Amino acid sequence: MTLDLLTAVTIFVLSVLVGFEVISKVPATLHTPLMSGANSIHGIVLIGAMLVTASADTTFEYVLAFIAVAFGAMNVVGGYAVTDRMLEMFKKGPAA
Amino acid sequence: MSDLETTIRYVLLAAAACFVLGLRLMNSPATARRGNTLSAAAMAVAILATGVLLAENGAITATGWIVLLSAVLVGSAAGLYAARSVQMTAMPQLVSLFNAVGGGAAALLAIGHVLQHEHAAALPARITIPGAIDILIGAVTFSGSLVAAGKLQGIVPGRPIVFPGARALNVLLALAFTGSAVWLIADPASGPALWLLTLAGLAFGVTMVLPIGGADMPVVISLLNAFTGTAVGMSGFVIGEPALIIAGALVGASGTILTKLMADAMNRSIPAIIIGGFGTGDDAAGGAGGGDTHVHTVTSDDVAIQLAYAQKVIIVPGYGLAAAQAQHELGDLAALLSERGVEVSYAIHPVAGRMPGHMNVLLAEANVPYPQLKEMEEVNPEFAQADVALVIGANDVTNPAARRPGNAISGMPILDVDQAKSIVVIKRSMGHGYAGIDNELYTDPKTGMLFTDAKQGVADLKAAVREFVA
Repeated sequence: MTLDLLTAVTIFVLSVLVGFEVISKVPATLHTPLMSGANSIHGIVLIGAMLVTASADTTFEYVLAFIAVAFGAMNVVGGYAVTDRMLEMFKKGPAA
Repeated sequence: MSDLETTIRYVLLAAAACFVLGLRLMNSPATARRGNTLSAAAMAVAILATGVLLAENGAITATGWIVLLSAVLVGSAAGLYAARSVQMTAMPQLVSLFNAVGGGAAALLAIGHVLQHEHAAALPARITIPGAIDILIGAVTFSGSLVAAGKLQGIVPGRPIVFPGARALNVLLALAFTGSAVWLIADPASGPALWLLTLAGLAFGVTMVLPIGGADMPVVISLLNAFTGTAVGMSGFVIGEPALIIAGALVGASGTILTKLMADAMNRSIPAIIIGGFGTGDDAAGGAGGGDTHVHTVTSDDVAIQLAYAQKVIIVPGYGLAAAQAQHELGDLAALLSERGVEVSYAIHPVAGRMPGHMNVLLAEANVPYPQLKEMEEVNPEFAQADVALVIGANDVTNPAARRPGNAISGMPILDVDQAKSIVVIKRSMGHGYAGIDNELYTDPKTGMLFTDAKQGVADLKAAVREFVA
């Protein structure tokens, strides 16, 4: 889809401001899981890779698209799974 | 825009909002897991919605579907397998690997988009400028994160790697990527510009991370994570997809703040990390106090008796403990001592292990009671009352040299282990930590060194405590 440049820049700027505000004073214990969580979110690049695959039409373009989609899927699935494993450890902590 | 497409736009917007809420929830231990689940669910919905969109508008060919589905399958399986099977100790490098592939995907997306364009020469600047930035940052994070992961895994040496001409090479690479980026923006149909930009970015990622020491890798990985977010945001401009712009900008900004928080916790500045490595070698020995270098060694039996008859023991776990997988043995030893009425607690340095919070995860896995884990500020005043401080595989974070100016770790917050009445250090050798300097704690007259592997050492102590006390 075509996105008006001004609209796109507006979205970008507001999202940057949200990103700055969303992290407050975080205990050091949560730094690694939080980084891993943010790492999973940029896996949204998978959606872009899917759209690029849809418009590929040469073998080389398909190869590029395959790698991009596989990378994106790995980022998303692995990222969320590993973050959840880290956070699982905290769950039983305070109860013990 | 069809009704379906409009609906999908709203779904993607809702997903983006959930990413923000998810990150917010992850700021606090009580809600963190829920936050991650919310974010993951939103991501799954966004991906499915995009799949529905592709199926509905029929733009994708049969070959396209095969490529798409097989790639999703391969990528998901690899990611899931790695995430499930990785040892807790190796988690930081896995996060770095996932970050690398994310950056790689962002770069490939832009490359693919430019290549696919039949009239690439006519691509407007509003696509080529973010496109060039996307390719550059994506390539830098891809190779940089791989090197960072390699350093933590030990495939690439953790020490700062500097070679003659490194600065000249960096300047050359910077000229190459700036020049090729401008060239690509001016002539989007130029193949050489596209590939030169990609290669220069990849090479720069390597030369950027190589000179940085292993101790600073957490901060570097976090910074590269923010880079990837920015690259993904740029790729949103390239393909005109608001969800990518929102999520990418969100991670770029929050990742930058998080990097700053991590660097602050380690009392390091981000520019200092990027520009110079941690202790580049030659002047590293300058931190040693000189004078008495006598090292007093002890046996596990001595230490067991010391521990069993102590009132208060503070355990200082470090990466050596994690590397030896000794956390379960240690949990058992501590439980044994607690049964005897010894007051046991763990002093957790903010960067114990490989990353902030890493040690808490490892000890929680070994079922160590949560209230026994104490953060640095809380535990430091307690060392003076401790009969024994048991240091296991921790090095730089206990080095009193950090209190003095003029050495590689000056100003780094440390655990006040040297205040304890006596100190026992379990360590394999007198080898240096990441900072590459001597630890003055080891030559302190109050310190006994037990030279052994952490797991073996703790197991011996456990056996000896049982033998002498039962």
